[in-house]
Parts: sequence; structure tokens; C-alpha cells
Amino acid sequence: MDDNTKNLIQSHIDTNEVCLFMKGTPDAPQCGFSMAISNMLKILEVNYKGVNVLESQSLREGIKEFSDWPTIPQVYIKGEFVGGCDIVKEMYENGELKKVLEDKGINFKN
Amino acid sequence: MAMDLKEIETLIKESISDAIVEIEDLAGDGNHYSATVTSKEFSGKNKIEQHKMVYNSLKGKMGNELHALAIKTKEQ
Repeated sequence: MDDNTKNLIQSHIDTNEVCLFMKGTPDAPQCGFSMAISNMLKILEVNYKGVNVLESQSLREGIKEFSDWPTIPQVYIKGEFVGGCDIVKEMYENGELKKVLEDKGINFKN
Repeated sequence: MAMDLKEIETLIKESISDAIVEIEDLAGDGNHYSATVTSKEFSGKNKIEQHKMVYNSLKGKMGNELHALAIKTKEQ
């Protein structure tokens, strides 16, 4: 991964408390898994930034290396990698996601 | 490119020896699977670490040949 890509990813994570790296945008997701996570965040009324990795091949590959995680979507909350689709979905279903948001001081609809 | 169920199970078991692996072909198309992996080796690890163990067992296939493998891990 080149430095530009790394810096770009880092700045997305630093400037957005909740950052979702996804295929497509929150309004027009291009993959069912990205859509699922995006919808969960919408239901919780979390203010999040959706970063469309399809806009750049270097971003699409770079985020996998950055997080050491082979799949997209990926969720970062306050700079910390929380998980991909399966983990975040499980956390949403068992209430852990709300707990993490609460612990990290992120506003959401309870 | 599709992978067959047996191959996924074999790869996981090679790397996590006590794993109990249940695989479901979600769409019947040989491309959308869900795998539930139960192992003692997951104890003391968080979900991210557990899923990484499964991803590592699949030796780089995740995200490539395997586009759609939903993973669930359980501690035994």
C-alpha cells in the first residue's frame, strides 16, 4: 500500500467518529453486505461516514491491508476497527453494538 | 469462482484442529455460504481474532474465490 492511500484511510478514520468502508454509498450501496451494515447504522440513527471503496482500486485493496481484514464492509468507531459484516451484524442483533456506541459516546437512537 | 463445501471444511479443520464446522449453502449456487465454527481455541479471544483465525485457515481465499462466506464463531 502506498503512503497516499494509507494517509487517506487514516484521515477518514480520524475525522469521522463512525466510518464505514463500503461498496457503494449509503444512498446507493453496491453490495448486499454493505447495504446491511449501512441500514443498521441508519436504523440506529448514527451519524456515519460511508467511504465508497469502489471509487479507487488502491483504496479497495488498501483498506484490506490496513485493517488486516480480507472483506468489505468494515466499520471503524472512534478510530478502532470494530468488525466486518458478520461481526457487526451479530453485535447489532445481540445489543453489543449499542453498548459500544454508548461506551464511546456516539449518539444513536436507543 | 465457487468452492465446494468439503474444501472449506477441510481447510478450516486443518488449521483449527478441534473445530466443529457447519456449512450451509445459502442460495444453492455454490457461492453464498455460511459457516459456523465451534472450537476451544477461540476461548479468550475476541470476535475479530476468532474470525481472523478462520480467515487465515482459508489461506487468502476469503474475499477472492469466496466472495460470500458468512462466518459465525462459537467458543466451545
